[in-house]
Amino acid sequence: MTYELIPLLPLASFLILGLFGHWIKDKAHLVAVPAVILSFLFSVFAFLDVAGGHHSTFRLYTWLTSGILDIHIGITIDRLTAVMLLLVTIVSSLVHIYTIGYMQGEPGYARFFSYIALFTFSMLMLVLADNFLQLFVFWEAVGLCSYLLIGHWYERPSACAAATKAFVVNRVGDFGFILGLLLVLTTFDSLNYSDVFAKAPDVTGRVMNILEPLGGHLDVSVLTVMCLLLFAGAVGKSAQVPLHVWLPDAMEGPTPISALIHAATMVTAGVFLVARLAPLYNLSPTAMTVVAIVGGLTMMLGATIALTQTDIKRIVAYSTVSQLGYMMMACGLGAYAAGIYHLLTHGAFKALLFLGCGSVIIALHHEQDMRKMGGLKDKLPITYWTFVIGSLALAGFPLTAGFFSKDDLLVSAWSSGPLGQVLASLGIGTAMLTAFYSFRLVFVTFWGPSHVDHHHVAEVHEPSYTMTIPLMVLAVLSIITGYLGIPEFLEPMFATDSEGSGHHASGSVVVMLFASAAGLLGIAGAYYVYVLNPSLPDRWVREWRTAYQLSLNKWYVDEAYDRSFVRPTFVAATELWKHVDVAVIDGAVNGVARAIAWGAWLLRLIQSGQMQHYVLGMALGGLAILTVFLMF
Amino acid sequence: MIPLSYYLTLSAVVFLTGLVGVLIRRNIIIILLSVELMLNATNINFVAFSQYFHNINGQVFVFFALTVAAAEVAVGLAIVIALYRAKSTINVDEFQLLKW
Repeated sequence: MTYELIPLLPLASFLILGLFGHWIKDKAHLVAVPAVILSFLFSVFAFLDVAGGHHSTFRLYTWLTSGILDIHIGITIDRLTAVMLLLVTIVSSLVHIYTIGYMQGEPGYARFFSYIALFTFSMLMLVLADNFLQLFVFWEAVGLCSYLLIGHWYERPSACAAATKAFVVNRVGDFGFILGLLLVLTTFDSLNYSDVFAKAPDVTGRVMNILEPLGGHLDVSVLTVMCLLLFAGAVGKSAQVPLHVWLPDAMEGPTPISALIHAATMVTAGVFLVARLAPLYNLSPTAMTVVAIVGGLTMMLGATIALTQTDIKRIVAYSTVSQLGYMMMACGLGAYAAGIYHLLTHGAFKALLFLGCGSVIIALHHEQDMRKMGGLKDKLPITYWTFVIGSLALAGFPLTAGFFSKDDLLVSAWSSGPLGQVLASLGIGTAMLTAFYSFRLVFVTFWGPSHVDHHHVAEVHEPSYTMTIPLMVLAVLSIITGYLGIPEFLEPMFATDSEGSGHHASGSVVVMLFASAAGLLGIAGAYYVYVLNPSLPDRWVREWRTAYQLSLNKWYVDEAYDRSFVRPTFVAATELWKHVDVAVIDGAVNGVARAIAWGAWLLRLIQSGQMQHYVLGMALGGLAILTVFLMF
Repeated sequence: MIPLSYYLTLSAVVFLTGLVGVLIRRNIIIILLSVELMLNATNINFVAFSQYFHNINGQVFVFFALTVAAAEVAVGLAIVIALYRAKSTINVDEFQLLKW
C-alpha cells in the first residue's frame, strides 16, 4: 500500500503553494483541497488494512548513523496511528473546504492554504513516526505551523502577541521533552519505539540521583523521570495546567485554524504522546498518577473558566482545555483506549463547534462577543442545527458520539481504582458544567432577543455552501463516530493492562447513569437560567462576586505568570540592556574605535607639511642608526 | 703627504654645514645650495679614499655624482621657478599644503 502518499500529498501541496502561491493566489484551494482529500482516501485504506490485521513499520530514509545513534524517518501503522490518521485527514479536509469560504478574498489566501497543508503534513508525520526523534521534529513543526497560523493576521498586535505566547509557553514544555529525549537515548541507546519498549521492563529498578548537580542525594526511578519529562512536552502541547494559558489566546488566529489545530489535532498530540508511550507509562505508577491529576485539574479549571467568558471562541477554547483534561486523565488512569476514543469524538464535535462559531462570526462581520448576538437561529438555520448537535455531543447527550466516549471514559476511570473513582466523580461534576456552558452558548447566541448591531441585522444570512457542507458532515460525524466500535478497535493496542480493559468494575452502570444525568441536568439548568429567567445571571453575578471574578479572570493565572515570569524577565532584560549591553559591550566596541581614533590623531601630528621637519626626522634617524652601529 | 683624517674632517665639516643649512634656512635656493654642499662633502670622501686605497673607482664615481648633481640642479631650479610663480615667494614655510 502507498502509505507514504498520506503525508507526502499535503507536503507537495505546501511546496507548490509556498513557492508559487504568489501566482496561484485565489485558486490556491484547487491545489490544496484535492491533495488533502486524496490523503484522506489513502488513510481510509490504511485504516481498513489495519482493521484487517495488517500492521507495518518501514523506513523511508536514513538520516544519519553514528555509533549508537541511528536516526531515520520511518512510518509505523498500527491501530492508534490508523485512528489518528483518519481524524487528522478528515478534519483537515473539511477545514480546507471551509477555508475556501471563510478566507475568501483575504490577501493571504494562498499563504494560509500553504501553511495548513504544511501543518497537515507535519501532524501526519508526527502520528506516523516510529522513533522519538521524528516525533520530536514534527512535534516542533506543528508548533511552528501553529505559530504561523495564529499570527496569520500579523498586522494585528494582539495576533502577534498571541502567536509569541503560544510559542514561548510551548518552549517551556518542550524543554522538558528534549531532556526526556536525551534520557531515553542514554538509558536505552536507541530512539526507536520498538527497541525502547522492548528494553523498558529491564530498567524498571534503575534509579538516578536527580540532585547530583546540586550535591544532594535523591534517588528516583529513571523511568519516572523520563515519563515526567516527556509529559512536560505533552502539558505544553495539550494545554494542560499549568501551561494551558496559550490556547485561549491562540483564538486570535482565523477560525478554521482554531478548529483544525487548536481543537481537533495539534492540541491532542500530547494525549497521543502519552497513549503512544503507554508501554513506558505503564511501568511508572508515579508518572501515571501525575498525568491523571494534571488531567483532572485541567478538566475542572477549563470548565469553570468557560462558564463566564463572553467571547464565543474563547468559551469553546476553554471547553477544549477541559476536554483535553478528560483525555489526559483517562490516559493517566490507564484507560488509553477511552482517552483516544474521546480524542476522536471530541475532534469531530469540537471542530464542528469552532466552524459553527466561524460561521456566526462571518455572518456578523467578525463580531465575537456573545452579548452582541442573540436570536440567530432563524437567520442561520444550518449553523444553528449543526451547532446544537455539536453542543449536544459536547454535553454528552444520550446517543451522540460524545455520550458514548465520555461515558466510556468515566466508567474506565471509575474502574481503575480509588484515584480513578475520585477523578471520575469530579469528571461527572465537570460534565454538568460542560453541558451548562455549552448550552449557555447556544441559548445566548441563537435564542432570545437579538442584540446584533442594527446596521448588520438585515444582511445576516447563511454563509456559502463551502462553509455549510463541512458543518453538516461534521454534524453527522459527531453522531456516528459513537457507533463505529472505535474502543473495541483500539483495545488490543493497550491490552497489556488487563484490569483496565474490557470488564468494568461494579458501579459502572451507576457512573454511566450519573454521567448522563449530569449532562441533562446541565442542559436543563442552562435552559432555566438563560431562557426562562434571563435576569438570573445578573443577580448571581452580584451575589457571588468573588467566584464570578475568579472565573471571568481565568483564575488570575495569566496575571500570576505576568507578575512572576514575564514582568521580571522584561525588567531583567531592560537592566541588562541598559547596563551590560550599553556599558560593557557597546563600551568595548566604541572604546576600541575611540582608542584608534586618538592614536591616529597623535600620529597625524608628525605629518606637518613642513619639509624641514621631515629632513630633521631623516637626519635624527640617520644619527640614531649611526649611533647604534658605532656603539654595538 | 696629508693624512686621510684631514680630508675626512673637512668632509664632515662641509656635510654638517650643508645639513644645518637645509634645516635652518627658509630660502629654497639656499637649501638647494646646501644640498649641493652635502653632495660635495661625500665627493671629497670618495676622492680621499680613492687616493688612499689606490683605487680609481672612487674618482669615477665622483664624475657620475657631479653629472647627476648638475642635472638635479637644473630640475631643482625649474621647480623653484614653478613654485615662485604659484605663490610669489620662495620661503619654504609657505609650501606646506601636503599634510593632514
